[in-house]
Amino acid sequence: MSPLDLLVVAPLVFMVLSLLAGGWQRSLLALAIATMAALSVWLMTLDPGTAHVVGGWELPLGVLLRADGLAQMLVPAVTLTAGLTGLYALHQFAPESHASNAQTAAFWPLYYLMWSAANAAFLTTDLFNLYVTLEMASIAAVAMAAMGSVRAALRYLLIALLGSIFYLLGVALILSRYGTVDVTLLAGMAEADFATALALALMTGGLLVKAALFPLHGWLPPAHAAAPAPASALLSGLVVKIGFVITVRLWFEGLAAAATPAGLHVLGGIGALAILFGSLQAIRQESLKALVAYSTVAQIGYLFLAFPLIAGAGHAWAGLSFHAVAHMIAKAAMFLAAGLMLKAAAGPRIADLAGLARAMPLTVTAFGLAAVSLMGLPPSGGFSAKFLLVDAALRQGQAIHAAVMLIGGLLAAVYLFRPLAVAFSGSETPAVPAKAPSMVAAPLALALAALLLGFAGGPLAELATGGAPATVAQEPPPSLENTVKTASEDAQ
Amino acid sequence: MEALATGHLFALTGAVLVGLGLFGFITLRHALRQLLAVNVSGAGVFLMLGGLGRGAATTDPFPQALVITGIVVAVALTAFGAALTLRQAEEDHAAKEDDERGGKT
Repeated sequence: MSPLDLLVVAPLVFMVLSLLAGGWQRSLLALAIATMAALSVWLMTLDPGTAHVVGGWELPLGVLLRADGLAQMLVPAVTLTAGLTGLYALHQFAPESHASNAQTAAFWPLYYLMWSAANAAFLTTDLFNLYVTLEMASIAAVAMAAMGSVRAALRYLLIALLGSIFYLLGVALILSRYGTVDVTLLAGMAEADFATALALALMTGGLLVKAALFPLHGWLPPAHAAAPAPASALLSGLVVKIGFVITVRLWFEGLAAAATPAGLHVLGGIGALAILFGSLQAIRQESLKALVAYSTVAQIGYLFLAFPLIAGAGHAWAGLSFHAVAHMIAKAAMFLAAGLMLKAAAGPRIADLAGLARAMPLTVTAFGLAAVSLMGLPPSGGFSAKFLLVDAALRQGQAIHAAVMLIGGLLAAVYLFRPLAVAFSGSETPAVPAKAPSMVAAPLALALAALLLGFAGGPLAELATGGAPATVAQEPPPSLENTVKTASEDAQ
Repeated sequence: MEALATGHLFALTGAVLVGLGLFGFITLRHALRQLLAVNVSGAGVFLMLGGLGRGAATTDPFPQALVITGIVVAVALTAFGAALTLRQAEEDHAAKEDDERGGKT
């Protein structure tokens, strides 16, 4: 047994148990959080690159699970995000709550299924197994979205299915060309021929739909905005990262031979457009949850903008991993806080939030702290991520990329200050129904974690580069302090 | 020429099915039809994958195993999609009845 196995299997066991648990969901969740936290700590202590074949079936037949730096950062972040979101959801989907019974019964199995799918997607290197995890995540995500709006969920499902077909077509091409679908084996075999390039393009196209990269993001805002708050937090935090991580594994490891600089620059350019488009759309939104959902479209852009920077000077790989983690935690915090604010507010619009800062100071603080990380203000995790990316862009002379990232930060400030300003406006204190302490604490704890991530910058950046693929620029492990120092020396 | 024809028959048929499904997905508007179109594309991909294992004397079981797994996943998602479509139709129907009742009173 290995923690790699258990991280995937344990949530599935909890999924089955949650169907039988009845009134024991609270105890089951406590057990799940304790188990997953222990496994995550175990995972972080493994040497980067530790691998394990499932069931003892050797490659190329078997399925390989591997703990590289990216997985060692993302899986613990999933544990933190899913665990705290679960504590929040305990009150919304509690067996004794008055929410619709069908939703209460359905939420918990979906919640554990999504947890398992996210862990499996971050740990697996087998392209076909990744297809299965993509579909596991799709079922859980679509069913959760259907709790808010069936129409949005159906649209999401159909577009996700189409994405899967493209991905699977690419996998079939790879299998016929190389006879294996394992990323680690492909890394040594892949050649830059037409079949490989076509397969890479097909798989990337399918994955970009799942990752909701502009202009394939159309399904995301309605689905994420309509879902119940804990579901939105998981959809925006976890699910879109799955498509992104598989894309990274293809472009920088498995099929790196076919990943031309031109292709990388196309992805980077689309990422830049996503930042600008998502931010401008977020500014235009009248509903709070739609604003947060469009902010996800913008933040996904940063992840892809980093692609052309990975191979060059600087620490773009660490910045990319950092951004994935910081966005996951901060966006979950923001959706949970927004859920609480909207329950207390008169309506779904931003204008309805007036005075809430006095009525629910802790929740508005959580929203504000999450906003600090999303805008990339120091000392948050979002700042460390964007600093590393901007620094890499400037060192490589990519001034436009750096400028887009800085403009994106400014636009984020514009759209995130608006709900905060309204929450602080007025002089009356609206009466707000009392909330369970853990429901208030969950978004606050997530937002603080996103903030504190910035202080752990050095060690985390080192963790991210451990076991990084060979295509990543191998410089001395980045330490944020040193980077800041050299940057300020450069400036003088 | 004959070897080419038999060897590529699966892949070519599969490609045609993928194209047909894609065409259907883009041109059809109803969710159920789109779901079926995705399934036609899926069948095309499975046909290609299945054809890969075909050898002169023996059959490679690896692609076949993938196809079986893929079909299971596709059936599950299709059933789920059909259930969602049904729920959507029920909601639309209920909303329509509400409208009519509202119009009369």
